[in-house]
Amino acid sequence: MPPLLDIQDLRIHFHTRDGVVRAVDGVSLQVEAGEVAGIVGESGSGKSVTAASLLGLVPMPPGRIAGGRAWFDGTDLLRLTGRELNGYRGKRISMIFQDPMTSLNPYLRISTQLIEPLEIHEGLRGKRALHRAIDALESVGIADAAKRIHAYPHEFSGGMRQRVMIAMALITKPDLVIADEPTTALDVTVQKQVLEVMRRLQRETGTAVLFITHDLALVHEMCDSVTVMYAGRVVESASAAMLATGPRHAYTRGLYRSNPAGAGKGCALYSIPGSPPDPARLPGGCAFRERNTLGDADQCLADHRPELVEIAPGHHVQDCPGCLAPSQD
Amino acid sequence: MTRPFSDPSVSGAARSGVADDGGRSLWSDAVSRLRRNRAAMWSCTFLTIVVLLCFIVPFFPIIQDPAVQDLSGRNASPSAGHWMGTDHLGRDLLARVLHGGRISILVGLVTTLVSLTIGVCIGAVAGYAGGRIDALLMRVVDVLYSLPFLIIVILFSALAKSHTERLTDGITALTGWNRDAVAPFTGLLPLFVAIGALSWLNLSRIVRASVQDLAGREFVEAARSLGLPHHRILFHHILPNAVGPIVVYATLTIPGVMLFEATLSFLGMGVQPPYSSWGVLIKDGADRMLSNSLLLVFPSILFVLTLLSLNFLGDGLRDALDPKSSRD
Repeated sequence: MPPLLDIQDLRIHFHTRDGVVRAVDGVSLQVEAGEVAGIVGESGSGKSVTAASLLGLVPMPPGRIAGGRAWFDGTDLLRLTGRELNGYRGKRISMIFQDPMTSLNPYLRISTQLIEPLEIHEGLRGKRALHRAIDALESVGIADAAKRIHAYPHEFSGGMRQRVMIAMALITKPDLVIADEPTTALDVTVQKQVLEVMRRLQRETGTAVLFITHDLALVHEMCDSVTVMYAGRVVESASAAMLATGPRHAYTRGLYRSNPAGAGKGCALYSIPGSPPDPARLPGGCAFRERNTLGDADQCLADHRPELVEIAPGHHVQDCPGCLAPSQD
Repeated sequence: MTRPFSDPSVSGAARSGVADDGGRSLWSDAVSRLRRNRAAMWSCTFLTIVVLLCFIVPFFPIIQDPAVQDLSGRNASPSAGHWMGTDHLGRDLLARVLHGGRISILVGLVTTLVSLTIGVCIGAVAGYAGGRIDALLMRVVDVLYSLPFLIIVILFSALAKSHTERLTDGITALTGWNRDAVAPFTGLLPLFVAIGALSWLNLSRIVRASVQDLAGREFVEAARSLGLPHHRILFHHILPNAVGPIVVYATLTIPGVMLFEATLSFLGMGVQPPYSSWGVLIKDGADRMLSNSLLLVFPSILFVLTLLSLNFLGDGLRDALDPKSSRD
């Protein structure tokens, strides 16, 4: 059975005054039905743009889909018109945004906003729609939902609002939910609760989730498979278990090393030096060369960009000798 | 989106979710902020009284017919029979002021409504669509901006005159209404249309700017990700958030338009006899300033107070709708 979502060689360029920014530069990834697939990467690695392009949310101009396909259940999402895409948005694919404080309309009641996708996609109105909305709100653990549903967003806390967003994303029982750093804007205790709600609902409904985050620890709590992105490309992808036991690329290894939970007490915590390259001036060779301290930077490709190769069944990694070189210590 | 929790009863009800209407909107917050603004509330009261006086009281017999002339009692001082005295033709000044106020207020409201409709539509479409549509619409606005407003309105009023006669005849023939009941409104139509059609320019720019800003907000992106059609996003999600600046600007447009009508009438280009407006009355009063200064004083006081109240109300609304900009 083909995967639910199959992104092939996606390229998204932004035409800015500084030149062409290759925000996404040949990304391929698959999401199977019912699985939770993670994308990990720093800010500017292209993970959010990849997700936004699936629902046609990349601002064009300046953005441009320079190439690639995004097959969703036999349809290439990238070639749909806005109107055709509206049949997928919120119905078969929905999205949870990063900041729950700004992603709800401040002037509309929660009920109005929850019912909206039902009205649009299922033609459901009135009492029946309201009941569905109340059920959805209860399922994300909001007490006294029948009453609170008539409140306005500013009367809810950040964690509650993100629960509302989750309820809204799941209310039409979509096949795929894109969660773009859904807990980044929340404080840590609330983060945990919201993640638990997401995980529980994912299991109950069996919907697939594309989970975008910069937090590797969350990936292991949430995801079945992981794609690590760097500078608009995939550097490594594998199942979550495989990646945890044997990360191969120097960048992935660096991410694991810089996780405080894995470091011994009293040891200096590793951090990847420097910052990601300017996406408008990507080097011709390996984009990670300058920051590669765990592999062997001297061996990094200098003249052409490394390709993704399968080094073990289901485990892909960028084929750059410098980045794949074993750690020095 | 911080909400002032200064009022304990408000926050308590909201937090426990027992507010009987099930939640306080940002609107009701704005209204309660407006209520606390003394100047705005006094202005509101004053405006209500003036509107009531102008639109209801003239129908009661205590106010005389403003057209009735009493040549024996010309330029009378205020008395029990004529509270504001009479003018140079012996007409009751109070009745004239109230009837004139009706026209002035009507001009202010109707033309603001016209300019609101055009300005919001053009501005919202330009701001939301962006790109070429935006560029085209804004160039149209630029061109209209560069035209001499006063001359256009005067020309339009003059050209439309013959057509309004025909329109009056048409309406009376069609409905069988009294010609005298129809004529005041059709006679003012060119003025409404001309001022309204040219005063939307600023409004369209304001609406465009705020729609542009709102269209980039995350909740609009969220609405888009739900598959809502454009018209629904624009009218259901974006415009309600832009109502604040629109309401404020509209409130401040009304006095501007009334002042403009007064200017035109003062120049003899606006409201034509037998109908009068505050502008006409002020002109009449100014012509006879030396012989009977009250003819100038009474309409001017009422006019100025009305404009002042509208401005206070507009300021109050701005502070109430955008608490971050207010001083407290």
